[in-house]
Amino acid sequence: MSFPWANHYAPKHPLMKWIDDRLPLPRLVYNAVGAGYPVPRNLNYFWNFGVLSGAALAIQIVTGIVLAMHYAANGLVAFDSVEHIMRDVNSGWMLRYAHANGASFFFIVVYLHIFRGLFYGSYKAPREMVWLLGLVIFLLMMATAFMGYVLPWGQMSFWGAKVITGLFGAIPVVGTPIQTWLLGGFAPDNAALNRFFSLHYLLPFVIAGVIILHIWALHIPGSSNPTGIDVKGPQDTVPFHPYYTAKDGFGLGVFLILYCAVLFFAPNAMGHPDNYIAANPLSTPAHIVPEWYFWPFYAILRAFTVDFILPAKLWGVIAMFGSIILLFFLPWLDKSPVRSGNYRPAFKKFFWLLVIDVLILGYCGGSPAEEPYVMISQLAAAYYFAHFLIILPIVSRMERPLPLPNSITEAVLEKHGNAAA
Amino acid sequence: MATLETTETPGEGAGDGVRRRDFINLAAVSFAGVGAATVLLPLINQMNPSADVLALASIEVDLSAIKEGQAIKTIFRKQPLFVRHLTAAEIAAADKVDPSSLRDPQTLEQRTVDGKKQWLITMGVCTHLGCVPLGAGEGEIKGEFGGYFCPCHGSSYDTAARIRKGPAPKNLEVPKYAFKSDTVVQVG
Ligand code: FES
Repeated sequence: MSFPWANHYAPKHPLMKWIDDRLPLPRLVYNAVGAGYPVPRNLNYFWNFGVLSGAALAIQIVTGIVLAMHYAANGLVAFDSVEHIMRDVNSGWMLRYAHANGASFFFIVVYLHIFRGLFYGSYKAPREMVWLLGLVIFLLMMATAFMGYVLPWGQMSFWGAKVITGLFGAIPVVGTPIQTWLLGGFAPDNAALNRFFSLHYLLPFVIAGVIILHIWALHIPGSSNPTGIDVKGPQDTVPFHPYYTAKDGFGLGVFLILYCAVLFFAPNAMGHPDNYIAANPLSTPAHIVPEWYFWPFYAILRAFTVDFILPAKLWGVIAMFGSIILLFFLPWLDKSPVRSGNYRPAFKKFFWLLVIDVLILGYCGGSPAEEPYVMISQLAAAYYFAHFLIILPIVSRMERPLPLPNSITEAVLEKHGNAAA
Repeated sequence: MATLETTETPGEGAGDGVRRRDFINLAAVSFAGVGAATVLLPLINQMNPSADVLALASIEVDLSAIKEGQAIKTIFRKQPLFVRHLTAAEIAAADKVDPSSLRDPQTLEQRTVDGKKQWLITMGVCTHLGCVPLGAGEGEIKGEFGGYFCPCHGSSYDTAARIRKGPAPKNLEVPKYAFKSDTVVQVG
């Protein structure tokens, strides 16, 4: 962090000084998450979700490593080894439920983190790189979660793997060879299961690496804040430690209470019962659905039902990947110089419409592929693309933003003055 | 070589602007590049189907037990295979359709063997995203065209297993097969 008033590291203990002289790791920590990182003083609780995402990743890595000590990635025994974890391994049931629900909670906090960024314009200059790296993390998470869901080798695992790798088969000419290459066979089998396990173990560490880049890129301009205006001086900031370590600690406590409530009282609420049936290549479950966190994208995939130049199937695949690729261009689609949605009356309305639209897409993605869900997903998918490609560029040009406060401090004092009055 | 080096001032071009060092750089980097690409090859290729998966097992199916109007599911190359004994009404229904009106135009003749029009043998893999369509098993729904119905995203196939409705782009695939006798067919 390059603010001139940032505290400079002065080791108190001689041992710390000795280490810092030889390897400036204490300095790095101090400047990254310690008292040496000045942060806007007005962050609200939506700024907790970055730290919560990191905590969720840590939970996944720890529970995942111990589960891998008992799991066997072989088509013949994989399903049984998961049951073995549930019934025979000491505390195995808890560790597996912690891992399965941990994935859901990871996505919950990441989605909130993303929508926080969307509302407060956190993707805008000078933080474009933070946003882009975040999207890379999101894509890696999706790949990791998908492969993890295959490992229990239940019906949904098997058919999910088949449908998702089938997406690559939609690519003209090279599609089928790519699909066979990904699976190591003509249908999901041992070869696929083993490679998915290998990659499922690897990718979280890649995610951890990209998170370091994400935080590094964030620390160049420093954190954004709910007003979206730049920090003007030391009066606008407080040191990360102890102010935000405490605030994040409180948020973490709330998060863990909710997580444990689900983990201990409704551990299967977010899973699909069909995945407790062993994989059977000869019988398709009546209604294949991915995990809930993929539903909006699944709805977009299924929204295309008519051929138009290209086959409908290919359009679905293009649209599904396009819905994420699109987000990489967001910093250049939204041209408004005002970051925070709080000062953008028109943008704010469309933001909430987008939230509702994504929820509708999610609902349709989890429903069977019948009317009216198909038609609703078509409209909702069209609106999703229209929001980013048409509405946002137009709104950012036409709208007249509300007057911005002169400084973060002024905004904070004004708010407190109003509250007192 | 040695004389050449002494006459050259480092960092300056030898007339045509190309230094000996440029050539060495280019050659070394290209060589390393080719080496890296060569190493990449086995790393990528290992993911292709292994020999045991590729060992193309062919199967024989006994048709004598399949009555008219019935169908069976069996496994061919680890994927479901549908063998269906069409009724006269189903054949008539399939023939009635004008192939040019179809998404993947084919006639029932083209999808069966000469003189054995009643035996419809197809993969049981939906051409959309690979689910197993319903309709071959006893009591399963056959969809609005009387053939197969894929529950995943609602593709309907007719009595010649041709795609009629829904997102699937192609008809159910007909594998290579040959009749060994009137009641035995070899697939693959
Ligand atoms: S897989 Fe059959 S309709 Fe999608």
